[in-house]
Amino acid sequence: MKIRILGCRGSYPTAKKENALYGQSTSCVEVIHDGRRLILDAGTGILGLNFSDYFDLPRIDIFLTHLHMDHIQGLGFFKPLFVPGKEVHIWGPGGSTHSLKNRLNRYLSPPLFPLPLRDLPCELEIHELADSDFSIDGLNIKTEFVIHPGPTIGYRIERGEKIFVYIPDHEPMIGSQELYSGSRWISGSSLCAQADVLIHDAQYTEEEYESRYGWGHSSVKHMIELAEHSKVKTVYMFHHDPDHSDAFLEDMVTKAQKKVDDPLLSVKLASQGLEIEI
Amino acid sequence: MAAPEIEIILNRQLADCLSVPVFIVDPEGTLLFYNEPAESILGKRFEETGEMKRMEWSTIFQPIDGEGRPIPPEELPLVIALTQQKPAHKRFFIKNYNGDRHRINVTSYPIIGRSKKFSGAVAIFWTDNEDV
Repeated sequence: MKIRILGCRGSYPTAKKENALYGQSTSCVEVIHDGRRLILDAGTGILGLNFSDYFDLPRIDIFLTHLHMDHIQGLGFFKPLFVPGKEVHIWGPGGSTHSLKNRLNRYLSPPLFPLPLRDLPCELEIHELADSDFSIDGLNIKTEFVIHPGPTIGYRIERGEKIFVYIPDHEPMIGSQELYSGSRWISGSSLCAQADVLIHDAQYTEEEYESRYGWGHSSVKHMIELAEHSKVKTVYMFHHDPDHSDAFLEDMVTKAQKKVDDPLLSVKLASQGLEIEI
Repeated sequence: MAAPEIEIILNRQLADCLSVPVFIVDPEGTLLFYNEPAESILGKRFEETGEMKRMEWSTIFQPIDGEGRPIPPEELPLVIALTQQKPAHKRFFIKNYNGDRHRINVTSYPIIGRSKKFSGAVAIFWTDNEDV
């Protein structure tokens, strides 16, 4: 299973040279396995995909964690959606009142977007997920709601013994840097259990988090605690704050690595263009 | 052991922030958690009791009426929230672990998440020892 990071910036895309190294596009990750390609989130990073790979595929699957703008902004510009008859599946969290289709249509419709969802020429199917388990071509996929404003899910993708988990936006403990002892009471911990690779929100330093309670994002300390509780092997800091320069991010990861107690856990920085093989 | 649904986790996070006692159970009525303010009424720390089956906690914390008669389980707010999945409120007495009697007001509500899955119930209670 190969994992490609197309976008790892949080909140909004940036255009400053100070943060070009780790990437300016918002959330998008591609999972490649046996000729199949899954797209996780459709932030502006989706525009970095090689579209011709997708024109040739018989079917396209896009998995959304939630519908905040930085996770769907690129969707309407993903050209394979405009191929007549192309089979496209969009998966994402259901809500308690409005359907996923209705909520997606709020963005993909005038005046925010020229075309309404129903006018896309592809054969579009929309699937609502909650705490779900299913398989696509040998990849077992598990989803669970995680703590973040609005319906938001994380993804666990398993192939044989290899486990990849993607939780880009997550505030596992609101208002405290300390998670509960014992992973049973930690949002996302079931998804993360024993993961080979976890891509996880680490938008804030501990100091920044003190003034951002309830904004839906993790401090680096949250991320490390969750990864340690869940016996993760490698965790990638993701959803970089747009105000964090490359130098600042490098300082964050250096400090993070010093806080890790578990010698089996490795902490790294996600960067646009990075490929991970597991 | 699997993690509870996030609706339960969020209720626990809320309970940790409140000064009123809160009691959280799963759909079978198993006690999952009670917060520090509840410990003073119930007479034991949660760390001492841990999770408890419904039959166990419902006999330990004895609900009684003003005359000292046991209250049938089906009249208790938490049991109504569990069995009928609707909110309920009642004022009654309990005897705790130490045999102390407290008059309490209890409000209970079912936890039903976005996917309409019933995940358990919460009881919030206030001590009310005037005129006891």
